[in-house]
Amino acid sequence: MSTEITTDVVVIGAGPCGLFAAFELGLLDLKCHFIDILDRPGGQCAELYPEKPIYDIPGFPVVTGQHLTDNLMAQIAPFAPEFHFNRMVNSIEKQADGSFRLATDADEIFHAKVVVIAAGGGSFQPKRPPVEGIEAFENQSVFYSVRKMDDFRGQDVVIVGGGDSALDWTLNLQPIARSLTLVHRRAVFKAAPASVNKMQALVGEGKINFLTGQIAKLDGADGQINHVHLITDAGDLSVPATRLLPFFGLTMKLGPVADWGLELNDNTIVVDTEKFQTSVPGIFAIGDINSYPGKLKLILSGFHEAALMAQAAKAITSPGERVVFQYTTSSTKLQKKLGVA
Amino acid sequence: MKILVTDQAGDEHELEGLDGWRTMEVIRDWGLNIKAECGGACSCATCHVYVEDGWFDKLPPPSDDEEDLLYSTLDKKPNSRLSCQILLSEDLDGMRVTLAPSSAKE
Repeated sequence: MSTEITTDVVVIGAGPCGLFAAFELGLLDLKCHFIDILDRPGGQCAELYPEKPIYDIPGFPVVTGQHLTDNLMAQIAPFAPEFHFNRMVNSIEKQADGSFRLATDADEIFHAKVVVIAAGGGSFQPKRPPVEGIEAFENQSVFYSVRKMDDFRGQDVVIVGGGDSALDWTLNLQPIARSLTLVHRRAVFKAAPASVNKMQALVGEGKINFLTGQIAKLDGADGQINHVHLITDAGDLSVPATRLLPFFGLTMKLGPVADWGLELNDNTIVVDTEKFQTSVPGIFAIGDINSYPGKLKLILSGFHEAALMAQAAKAITSPGERVVFQYTTSSTKLQKKLGVA
Repeated sequence: MKILVTDQAGDEHELEGLDGWRTMEVIRDWGLNIKAECGGACSCATCHVYVEDGWFDKLPPPSDDEEDLLYSTLDKKPNSRLSCQILLSEDLDGMRVTLAPSSAKE
């Protein structure tokens, strides 16, 4: 049975612009639920360059993607937005009363008066490794994420990659797998040092097999792999495998957004510059995913767009109500909402 | 200075190369079909190019991060580089590169 959630606003995408939208909407008493395909907030900032410096956020001479995300999360905490990670919105349908019904790939239904698309460059999707014929095994014995650990119990698991995902799942699955082989192009890892140390200790105990090399070919039939062929420094090898988890990073695709009936322009969503509303009233788009004359793809621009969008969203959720514009520096009402007065 | 860029359709474009700019930035700003989704942070491999012989050897070697990313592409060749990691200078005046299929926008 589907889980049903009713809220004022669903924000699709928990990157910096989406997060700041929750602040602007919160000041206007609008409750937000976030849906994001990643497993944590921050979007591209946190996923692609968490440790790299950003120099053009007002008030921060320099800030990393992760630090900016952490600060935005602290800033919106008074409004207690709810987060739904690891899922994708498959469909949005406008209802007779003007509200929206959204369905996710995690069998949830959201009912919202307003939808804000803040999906940056689109949905993050796992990169498919350069192995011929891998598509035939996907979602049966080749997976790009672990949704149910039990699917790996008692299996011969091969994990490929050298980042946090590869190392985390190596450590998590080792106790339940029949065998586990970690393969990476080189013996240097980009994962947390503590995870690397734990993995190396398990290799030392003979509980994990680690090989430097690349996958060359898969053997199997009817969606089920049985061997992974590797090109390693020590020569070509064939490793028994019933599950393969390649972690080659993520790439962005527009994804289902393209099918929601919104006016698009070169993989971006066309909006007006007064409200940042799409061609469907009640659906807004802010940040890198929108386009309008003069658009600059800057986080700064997305923050501005979020503020204007929130005013327009309030007019939809509370028709006829007069909204008095207030400053957080001087409004006791706003300060009470923020928990500082 | 100029760089010569062949797009995924096989058409060659002569672009004004700007000293100190990243090759990716020039290709993107001239409107060619390059995704470059991370904006030059060496984090995505969507600005993948093939550098023509004679120019490839003039480039500084790739970092480990760049090598890792190139190995994640479906269309790596021996002369593959990420164009965000090629800083333009007078030494590269006339460099020829070809956009890899994997660098195209959707």
